[in-house]
Amino acid sequence: MSGAVSGAVSGGPLLSVRDARVGFGTVRGLLRAVDGVSFDLEAGRTLGIVGESGSGKSVLVRSLIGLVGSGSGAIVGGEVRLDGQDVRGLSAKNFRQLLGRDIGIVFQDPMTSLNPVMKIGRQIGEGLRLNRGLNATAAARRAVELLVEVGIPEPERRASQYPHELSGGMRQRVAIAIAIACEPKLLIADEPTTALDVTVQRQILDLLQREQRQRGMAMILITHDLGVAAGRADDIMVMYAGRAVEMAATREIFRGPRMPYTEALLRSLPRLSDPTHTRLSAIPGRPPDLARRGTGCSFAPRCTYRSERCEAEEPVLSREGGRGFACFHPLNASAGTSA
Amino acid sequence: MSASAVRPATVAPVGRRLSWAIVLPLAWVALVAFLAVTADWLPLPDPAAQELILRRKPPSTTYLLGTDNLGRDMLSRIIYGGRTSLIVGICAPFFGFLIGGAIGMSAGYFRGKVDLLAVGFIDILLAFPTLVLALTFVAYLGQSLFNVTLALGILSIPAAARVSRANTMAWANRDFVLAARTIGASNWRILTREILPNVLPAMFAFWLVAVSVIIVAEGALSFLGLGIPAPQPSWGGMIADGREALDVAPHTALIPAAVMFLTVLSLNFLGDMVRNLVDPRRSSL
Amino acid sequence: MHWLARQVLRLAVVLFCVTLLTFLIVNILPGDVATAILGGLATPEDLAGLRADLGLDRPMLVRYFDWLGSALSGDLGRSHRSGEPVAQAIADRLPVSLQLMIMAQVIAIGIAVPAALLSVRRPGGLFDRLSASTAFGFLATPSFMLGILLIYLFSVTLDLLPATGFSPMSEGLWANLESMILPALSLGLIEWTVLMRVLRSDLLTTLKEDFILLARAKGLPPWRVLLQHALRPSSFTLITVIGLNIGGLIGGAVIVEQIFALPGVGRLLLGGIFNRDLILVQGTVSFIAAGFVLVNFLVDMLYAVLDPRVRHVRFRS
Repeated sequence: MSGAVSGAVSGGPLLSVRDARVGFGTVRGLLRAVDGVSFDLEAGRTLGIVGESGSGKSVLVRSLIGLVGSGSGAIVGGEVRLDGQDVRGLSAKNFRQLLGRDIGIVFQDPMTSLNPVMKIGRQIGEGLRLNRGLNATAAARRAVELLVEVGIPEPERRASQYPHELSGGMRQRVAIAIAIACEPKLLIADEPTTALDVTVQRQILDLLQREQRQRGMAMILITHDLGVAAGRADDIMVMYAGRAVEMAATREIFRGPRMPYTEALLRSLPRLSDPTHTRLSAIPGRPPDLARRGTGCSFAPRCTYRSERCEAEEPVLSREGGRGFACFHPLNASAGTSA
Repeated sequence: MSASAVRPATVAPVGRRLSWAIVLPLAWVALVAFLAVTADWLPLPDPAAQELILRRKPPSTTYLLGTDNLGRDMLSRIIYGGRTSLIVGICAPFFGFLIGGAIGMSAGYFRGKVDLLAVGFIDILLAFPTLVLALTFVAYLGQSLFNVTLALGILSIPAAARVSRANTMAWANRDFVLAARTIGASNWRILTREILPNVLPAMFAFWLVAVSVIIVAEGALSFLGLGIPAPQPSWGGMIADGREALDVAPHTALIPAAVMFLTVLSLNFLGDMVRNLVDPRRSSL
Repeated sequence: MHWLARQVLRLAVVLFCVTLLTFLIVNILPGDVATAILGGLATPEDLAGLRADLGLDRPMLVRYFDWLGSALSGDLGRSHRSGEPVAQAIADRLPVSLQLMIMAQVIAIGIAVPAALLSVRRPGGLFDRLSASTAFGFLATPSFMLGILLIYLFSVTLDLLPATGFSPMSEGLWANLESMILPALSLGLIEWTVLMRVLRSDLLTTLKEDFILLARAKGLPPWRVLLQHALRPSSFTLITVIGLNIGGLIGGAVIVEQIFALPGVGRLLLGGIFNRDLILVQGTVSFIAAGFVLVNFLVDMLYAVLDPRVRHVRFRS
């Protein structure tokens, strides 16, 4: 029932996550990387998940699609439904089918996410052959079409090249072609521009957005940069120390954040309206040790608004007019309800 | 993160495994070494004394490990053979490490032309299959304990040179070496006082591994009849002798084989442990 | 191409030095060949005559370049025991040695690759620990010991396979394989351990890569992820180690040919050494060393073919 994402016309949301948890057993005890996160995502919408590195955003999403699991020593809990179907209850084989057909994923660094010793055309066609039953020739033809679609010149030549022969931006375009090859309903982009040159970041984000709109996919855009999420996401979920600390429509977040951490993130963004030589404010302190979590709000040690209550008691994600935040001292009390 | 993850993983098993995986190999090697050293004072029959009527006897109370094709006492031959294996196994790598270490350290310290020359020399030695080179050396030097040791020692030069070169290069640019140089220490002094003590642990770990490799190589030479000359017992030679009677008296081959296997296995265990202690990065392999 | 030219030049230099070194060992080291051939009772005149026949009275470097010149045209001289041309003797025995080493390598790779793949499915699991300890055990078993044990087990006790002797292909494929299987096992069962360790360690590293995650996200079943995505990028060290280990394999082949009485190059060499057949030893050792250097050179080339990223880099520790 988290109302962050609204606008569903009929049926349930495409993706529904309840109380997702991921823990890793370490020598120092259980490390709670993701600690009880819930959200819904409607078809055709984009959710931005924003947080510092180590906030659990990548682990959360990877655990949803089974890429973090018992194999890597993780303990995964919670309920995940895609199209109303309980994903966690599926057999390994059915789950792989669902993963291959309905979900596409783009990783951060195309240098490492593409197989260095496999030709590009084959990497794109692989999923098509497996999940859509195409034969080798048809898959190869479709791979070239996809390369055209993601804006790669000389697609036939590129298809028979290896990843190291392409530039970083090109490689990420290839990764996007792989992700959309099987017409997924959900596209996950995990920091898709972080490893790229600034000049191509925008092009890649535009490409992602165009594909998402044309195909009517839902998209989860994971980023540490609120600025990246700003123009692209319909809604934003801010994560801190493994928990969702604020959820709202994007313009609400930018108009008036409720959680001090979101405000701090916003203040660390450069703005065109700032006079030149304005210092960007960094957030003081470091994220907490997830294996040694004390009582109270995890952000309290770094928060300028903290009170005794913040250190003694854990704030839960509370709802107020379609948005949620976890804070005892929410900001912008008036702005929040206007949506 | 990696530092904290690596340390418990490498140190903890040593403490935990101390119960058997270290004590047993250590005890076995100590036993073989003790018997080899004290063989002359032990109440053992002459390892070369033949008793043809009593040939190929299985183990019994008089002959604890039985007798071989010529009626010689197996236990005595195993113990004296262990002496041969240990002398060659310990001295050959030592010789190789003395020369190889000097070459490797000079190459790693002076770099430039010295390095080029040393690497070229190592490359050439490595271009020969080890055993073939050893065979050729021993065949033309003549078979004797000294020559076998010398030949196998020469063969351990390249490996020793590589290890010491790599380690020297890693240490040569450290601050304390630069400091020694700025106060005017001679190259010789820096090499022996500053770098050598730091290279020695890695060399020692490698030497332990080399001992078991050389014991196997000596066994192979003796097995082919090109090792220690005949009346003197050697494990490899005993296995070769036993092969002729494999159908009627398998113990003549299987017992020395088992002894050699246990010795090499024990040395590998100990070598692995020491290498993990010296170089935690290698522990995964 | 420039890279290739440099590699070929290096190869030539190493080959030159290797043959020269062989020549020096065989000729400088003590032990007079003429005495060895004629025995201690020969007269000084006979000895001098033989030395002149063998060309031993000329300066050594002159003899070396003579030898090298003929060697380059394929003439390695004649054995002064049997009078047989050395090149011919090697050519006759080479197929046996090659078959032995190829079979051993096939056995080693055939065990090592599946064992490594099964091990990394569950690192630290039962299979992983079992294969690791088995490998550790075989690593402590010299090939001559393993050969004897295999003869004892399969020939003496079970009476399944011939203990020694060689049957050429002309006697039928099965007869040939029967005589080669134990020798090949004696080498292969040791060789696999090193290959398995190297491949396992590289596979574990590769499996942490993002492109493996992506392959899983495409819905590929685990075994296809392993075989199609993880195996090839993990096999480069394996290829290098296979190349480097050929030296050990050649040495092992010498021993195994002796144990199983196989008429290969190794046995030819041993015969030459026992008979003090200088020309034969010189020819065989040079041939073996040259072959070893060449194979390593080819492995380097293969490395470049397998890894599209490698164009000019060759790692040497």
